[in-house]
Amino acid sequence: MAEIQIKNIAKSFGAFQALNDINLTIADQEFMVLLGASGCGKSTLLRIIAGLEVASSGEVWIGGKRIDHLSPKDRGIAMVFQNYAVFPHLTVFENIGFGLRMKKLPNDEVTRRVERVAGLMHIEMLLKRYSGELSGGQRQRVAVARALAMEPDVILMDEPLSNLDALLRMEMRAELKGVLAESKTTAIYVTHDQVEAMSMADRISVMHQGDIVQAASPIEVYRDPAAKFVASFIGNPPMNFLPAKPAGPSKWQVAGQTFDGPNTDKAVLQFAIRPEDMQPAEQGLVATAKIVEPLGAHLLVTCQIGDALFRVILDSDAVVKPGQSLTLAPQPDRVRWFDPDTTLAVA
Amino acid sequence: MNARILPYVLILPVTLFLCLFFIYPFVLVSQQAFQAADGGWSMENFQEVVEYWKFPISMKNTLLLAAIVVPVQLALALLMATMVSKMKKGRDMVLYIWTIPLGISDLAAGIIWLAIFEQSGFLNSMLHGIGVVDKPVNFLTYQNPWIVFLAIALAEIWRATAIMLVILVAGIGLIPKEYYEAADVFGASKWKQFTRITFPLLRPSLQTALVLRVILAFEIFAVVAALGGTLFPVLMGQTYSYQFDLLNSGAAAAMALIILGISIGFTLIILRILRVPKGASI
Ligand SMILES: Nc1ncnc2c1ncn2[C@@H]1O[C@H](COP(=O)(O)OP(=O)(O)OP(=O)(O)O)[C@@H](O)[C@H]1O
Ligand SMILES: [Mg+2]
Repeated sequence: MAEIQIKNIAKSFGAFQALNDINLTIADQEFMVLLGASGCGKSTLLRIIAGLEVASSGEVWIGGKRIDHLSPKDRGIAMVFQNYAVFPHLTVFENIGFGLRMKKLPNDEVTRRVERVAGLMHIEMLLKRYSGELSGGQRQRVAVARALAMEPDVILMDEPLSNLDALLRMEMRAELKGVLAESKTTAIYVTHDQVEAMSMADRISVMHQGDIVQAASPIEVYRDPAAKFVASFIGNPPMNFLPAKPAGPSKWQVAGQTFDGPNTDKAVLQFAIRPEDMQPAEQGLVATAKIVEPLGAHLLVTCQIGDALFRVILDSDAVVKPGQSLTLAPQPDRVRWFDPDTTLAVA
Repeated sequence: MNARILPYVLILPVTLFLCLFFIYPFVLVSQQAFQAADGGWSMENFQEVVEYWKFPISMKNTLLLAAIVVPVQLALALLMATMVSKMKKGRDMVLYIWTIPLGISDLAAGIIWLAIFEQSGFLNSMLHGIGVVDKPVNFLTYQNPWIVFLAIALAEIWRATAIMLVILVAGIGLIPKEYYEAADVFGASKWKQFTRITFPLLRPSLQTALVLRVILAFEIFAVVAALGGTLFPVLMGQTYSYQFDLLNSGAAAAMALIILGISIGFTLIILRILRVPKGASI
C-alpha cells in the first residue's frame, strides 16, 4: 500500500512563494498527473516528495508513514528525470542496476531484475552500450527501466517525454501507461502537455501559480472545470466565454439570447461553452465568422459575438466564408457558468 | 579560399613556429645525445650518465618525490575542488586565494620555504619561542635527509597543487547536477557519489591534471636547488651540472632525453589507466 498524502505543503525561494499550502491525496496505485504551465511549481512539488527539495512547511506521508524528514533513498521512491540523468560512464546494464548495486543486492538478483525490466522496456539488446551510443528515446527507456528495477512503492516522473519527438511521445505514452499499470506502483507524473495528461492520468491535478486548482478525473477536468483557469487551460482551443446578465430567476441573457442558468443573485456571470459543443441552428447566438481554418478532421472557425472572440469546431463539410453570419446553438447540458469575481464555477 | 585547405593554412604559422623552435632544437639535442666524441653514432653519452654514481640516487630521489608529492597533491586538489564546487557564496574568492602560489616561480617558492626551514628561519624562531629547542637547529643538513626531503615535498605541494585544483574545479563544473540527484534517489551515499560518479566523470580532467603534474614533477629542479642544494640530487639537477659545471653537453642531452622518455612513459600509463571508453563521456 502506497497512498501518498501531501499535507499543507508550502515552499518559498527567498521572497518568492513557489507553492502555497498544497493538499493532495493520491490513492495506492493511482496514476496522478500534475499539469500546469511552466513555472507553476510542478517540479518543485515533485522534488519535495522525492526529497530533493525541502518544503518550507507541511508534511508528506507515503503508505501511512511520514517521510519528509527522510533522505530520498529511504522514501521508497524512484524517479525519472526530465533530462534522463542516465550515467554516461556506466553501461545500460549498470545504469539500470545502479540502485540495486547501492542496496548491495546479490549479483544474480541484480541480473535477474535488470533483465526483466529491460525486457519490459524493450531494451534487452542495448544492455552493453554506453549512453553516448543511445538515441534520446532509448535513453528515456533506460531511465524508466532504472526506476522500475527498484520495484518502488512510488514512481515520480518529471516531464519524462518532453525531449522526444511527437510520434515517439505518443508511442511511449501508451507504453509507459501499460508498464506502470502492470507494475502496480503509485505514479506521479509531471507534464505541461494536456494531451499527455488526459490520455495517461487516472486523475489530473491542475496547478496554477503554486496552487492546485482542481484534482479530478480527466473527463471531469475537461467537462466540469472547477475554475475559469482550468477551462481556459485545458482543451485546444479552450472554452469560450461570454458575459451574462440576469433575466429573471435562473434565467440569464447572453448576447441577446436567454438561457437557463444557475439561481444566484450575482449581477453578472460568465457563460462558457467548449468549441465543439456548438452547432449551426435556426435559433441561437448570432456570430460573424472571421477566420476559417480547415484542419482535416474538422473546421475551426473563429468568430465574433459582440466584442468577444468565439471559436467553434464544425463538421469539415460545413461551408463557411469569412464575414458570413452564423447562428450557433449551444448543446444545453454542456453549458457552464463562472463567477467573474472568484473565477470559480457556479452550478 | 577553399574550405578544405583553409584550416591547414590557418594552423600553418603555429606549426612553423613549433617546428622552428621546438622540433629543430629537439633534433639537435637528440643528435648531440647520440653523438660519440669522434663524431659517430653511439650510446656513449647514455652509458656515461647512467654509470655515474649519482645517477641511481638522483633517479631514486626524483621518482620518490613524484611518488609522494603527486598523490598527495591529487588527494588535496580533489578535496579542495569538491569543497569549492559545493560553495555558493565566496567561491571565486577562495579559489583566488588558493591559487596564489601559482603566481610564484619555483625558485621563489624554494626560497620562501628556505626562509622557514633555515637555521635563522621562522620554524626555528617559533620552536625557540615556545621552548621546544634551546638553540636554533640546522634542519637542512646531510644528517637530516628526511627533513630535507620533507621540506622539498612540502614546498612542492604548496606551490603546485593549485594547478591541479584549477583543472579539477573546471572538470567538476561540467558534471550536471542531475546525476547527483539521481544518485541521491537511487541510494548512493556521498562517498559512493564521489567514487561512482564524480571520479569516473572527472577522468578527462584527471588525465590532464596528472599528466601535467607528473611531467613537472620529473622536471623538479629549482625548489630542490634552493632547499637541498647538493644534498638531494635529482635528474634535472644532474642535467644542469653536466651542461654548466662539467660543460659536457652530450651527457646533458642524454639526461634530457632520459627524462623525456620517463615523462612519455608515465603520460602513456596515465592516459591508459584513466581512459574513457567510446560513448561513455558526458
Ligand atoms: N532553486 C530555486 N531558486 C529560486 N526559485 C526557484 C528555484 N526552483 C524553482 N524556482 C521557481 O519556482 C517556480 C516553480 O518552479 P518549478 O520548477 O516547480 O516550475 P515547473 O512547474 O516545474 O515549470 P516547468 O514546466 O518549466 O518545468 C518558478 O517560478 C521558478 O522560477
Ligand atoms: Mg519542471
